[in-house]
Amino acid sequence: MSSPSSSIVEARNLTVDFAAGRGSLRAVCGVDLSLKPGETVALLGESGSGKSVTLRALMRLHPNSAKIGGAITVDGQDVLALSPAQLRAYRGRIVSMIFQDPGLAFDPVYRIGDQIAETVMRHEGCSHAQARKRGLELFERVRIPSPERRLDNYPHEMSGGMRQRAMIALALACRPKVLLADEPTTALDATVQIQVLLLLRELQREFGLAIVFVTHDIGVAVEIADRIAVMYAGRIVESGSCASVIRNPSHPYTRGLLASRAHATLAKGERLYAIPGSPPDLAAPPPGCAFGPRCDRFIDGCAADVPENIAIEAGHEARCFRLSALEHGSNAA
Amino acid sequence: MTAIDAGSLAVVVPVRSDGYWTSVGRRLIRDPVAMAALAVILIIVLAAIFAPYIAPADPFRSSIVRRLRPIGTPGYWLGSDELGRDMLSRLIYGGRLSLFMGVTPVILAFVVGSTIGIFAAYVGGWVNTVVMRIIDVFFAFPSVLLAIALSGALGAGILNSIVSLTVVFVPQIARIAESVTTQTRNRDFVEAARISGAGTLTIVRVHVLGNVLGPIFVYATSLISVSMILSSGLSFLGLGVKPPEPEWGLMLNTLRTAIYSQPLIAALPGAMIFITSISFNLFSDGLRTAMEVRQ
Amino acid sequence: MSGTAAELDPRDRGGAGTPLLDVRGLVKHFGGKGGFLAKKTGVVRAVDGVDFSVAKGETLGIVGESGCGKSTTARLVMQIIAPDAGEILFDGEAVGSAALDLKAFRRQVQMVFQDSYASLNPRLTVEDTVAFGPRIHGASAASSIAKAHDLLHRVGLEPRRFAGRYPHEISGGQRQRVNIARALSLEPRLLILDEAVSALDKSVEAQVLNLLLDLKRDFGLTYMFITHDLNVVRFMSDRIMVMYLGKVAEVGPSDPIFERPGHPYTAALLSSMPSMDPDNLTLEAPLTGDPPNPIDPPSGCRFHPRCKMVSAICSHAEPPLSDVGAEHLAACHLANPNSGHPRLAAV
Repeated sequence: MSSPSSSIVEARNLTVDFAAGRGSLRAVCGVDLSLKPGETVALLGESGSGKSVTLRALMRLHPNSAKIGGAITVDGQDVLALSPAQLRAYRGRIVSMIFQDPGLAFDPVYRIGDQIAETVMRHEGCSHAQARKRGLELFERVRIPSPERRLDNYPHEMSGGMRQRAMIALALACRPKVLLADEPTTALDATVQIQVLLLLRELQREFGLAIVFVTHDIGVAVEIADRIAVMYAGRIVESGSCASVIRNPSHPYTRGLLASRAHATLAKGERLYAIPGSPPDLAAPPPGCAFGPRCDRFIDGCAADVPENIAIEAGHEARCFRLSALEHGSNAA
Repeated sequence: MTAIDAGSLAVVVPVRSDGYWTSVGRRLIRDPVAMAALAVILIIVLAAIFAPYIAPADPFRSSIVRRLRPIGTPGYWLGSDELGRDMLSRLIYGGRLSLFMGVTPVILAFVVGSTIGIFAAYVGGWVNTVVMRIIDVFFAFPSVLLAIALSGALGAGILNSIVSLTVVFVPQIARIAESVTTQTRNRDFVEAARISGAGTLTIVRVHVLGNVLGPIFVYATSLISVSMILSSGLSFLGLGVKPPEPEWGLMLNTLRTAIYSQPLIAALPGAMIFITSISFNLFSDGLRTAMEVRQ
Repeated sequence: MSGTAAELDPRDRGGAGTPLLDVRGLVKHFGGKGGFLAKKTGVVRAVDGVDFSVAKGETLGIVGESGCGKSTTARLVMQIIAPDAGEILFDGEAVGSAALDLKAFRRQVQMVFQDSYASLNPRLTVEDTVAFGPRIHGASAASSIAKAHDLLHRVGLEPRRFAGRYPHEISGGQRQRVNIARALSLEPRLLILDEAVSALDKSVEAQVLNLLLDLKRDFGLTYMFITHDLNVVRFMSDRIMVMYLGKVAEVGPSDPIFERPGHPYTAALLSSMPSMDPDNLTLEAPLTGDPPNPIDPPSGCRFHPRCKMVSAICSHAEPPLSDVGAEHLAACHLANPNSGHPRLAAV
């Protein structure tokens, strides 16, 4: 793990609570995350795991009714203490975001080139011509064919993959240091998804970006990330280098996810390993380890307490009381 | 069998859930604004129904010497009008006609408009196009102008006022009904019902009505406030209720003369229209929120 | 694998040798004619001459990118939309003929949609949804409910706990189980699964795939399994059909298709799958650009503008489906030794 001084993103004991009915619901419960410049970490998890909520907290995108606790430091700034004016400068300039649906990033009634130029002008106070030139450079950089002409397109005039590239151009318009990616390739076809992943990898090297990449797809995470953090019910249950997590999955949930993938080595008619049950209701989470009710290694002690992080190897840790049991028993795959 | 029973790990819940409307009611009761609005509506409605028992005086009994008494005069808690009639009694009695003329057109338009809209949407094709283009013609006129023109053509009177307001609201409700139904009939579950071999009438009855009547109803409740204001407006212009009947819009008209001497009294019928219509609006908002099923 | 169960089915007409579903020359174009007060638009050639068959008891996987026509094909087979041309034979009988009218056909073919929430009526309880089909086909209320409970049990939802609940009160995986039970309530022989597991979380997806395997065995079902997920399609299917821009690019038994793809498009699709190997990351995208729009598709082979093996012949001659192995066909000039493709000499 890096020391806080060298990291560009540092979240400590991050919690996010939403008002739900008469009570509240804790979507993120104590996430620690740290990123060095130029590093990509994938937040891997299924719906309700808190991965997107964590990402939005880094940008303070939640409504005021959501309570964010803990500490977030990005590029030396205390994100939770930013004033509205500081927050506007922070978003786009230091941290920017890309989404699964480019519709969230673009206004349908303005030309894409104008939207990019407007963002550049707002943050850097340059002329429209300069901003437009930056837009053209970015379009060339994200390899949009005939970029000059495409700048004058409206969002609906572009295909899905091209809109996704245009959104990346918009996100990089003010040369941010951190890019937050919320499932940006999930809605794309496989042949386009790999193109976008390769592009992001390339841009990251070139701009020295730190990327937090949220996904539910292990394959995508492996393709893009240096490190993987597996989230379950609002906590990071396992994190480590990509190779280490894939080759030596230690938390029973990670092991189950990997084992339940349909893959080539399965014989015809063989059953898939499946993690039983469904993800917990965050309004009434199970006591202790939230994965306990679905875990094949569950013992009574698991429900008593939330497990702390236990180191497996350098930089690879997991929250599980039963790590030693897992080493001896073979998993179901 | 499956190796895993997906349900076995879930929290045990009651065997049968509450019906949809029960859960809407439960959510509505938890909404303080909607409940306050409902309370105001109920008070006004009950006061109107039991007017003979609670009104302190005869709303028609005038007195030349006691004209335009200020608010707080003993015997005239809310003062008296330009003919010396007790304002409080007239406001209580006035609720009868005002509510009747505000609510009736909406009920009629709800029945007629939903039928037209659902039919047009479900049949689709050129029938839908023709019906909706005709509806659009009505939309070309502002509702106030349309109501005045229709009432003017039909002549003054309670019945004509109700008829003209119904005609004003039918196109609005039909359009909402058409759009909600079109959305619903394109949902996958309607398609699934079709591939089960269900006939059109069965699909409309089982799968469409239940999903469209709620939203149309909410929209209709939001029209009640408009309807009350319009019907008061018609009475104000002399196209609705005739004097000496107590009706808030008409009272507003006849008290015009008192606007400089007793402005507070002149404003009272307007305040009643305002309070009633905003209560209907707030209740309608609450109902809409309560009806949104969480996914 | 083509099942003993299918042979036992009393509804069988054509015998084991007749395919359960035989589709010939299926065509569907959308738009094109300017309607009343509507702007004239380009013709979308969603499905443009597709032939395939599904044998009794097998699973045919259909894969392809968005716009390839796989979902339209499902809707055409299901008779939700009417084809412009083509013939659909079910167990040897033409659908809509005197021998097999639409209602009888629909009892034997059912479909599960991708969106588990949109495909359930939010105002009906789980048991009412599942009992709806039997009810409209004349079963009594009591027997329909009994059947619904039995099916809910079979799909892993304990009726005691789930029968009275509404769709928004259960999870996505549970809703999709309800949709499967609803589809089975008419005792179909063919089940079309249109991206039925695509929206589910991975841990839940595995459960539902296992369930589908069990149900297929227990009820002697035949599946048409439509998906964009290549791992899943290989796991589920006996045969796979790859579609590209409204046409069949390749069709054949699943292992040969994955091991020796006969069409460059199939090969590109396969190498677009994430590598799952941190030391061996994909370095170059197998295809550039987005799948083209099915309005105004390219001439000749529709894949030629994106193909690495392209030659002059590809842009003007449309390749027929040619043999590349046992029951394995690919629509590529490279698969046809007499096509005159210049790379043939090198291969």
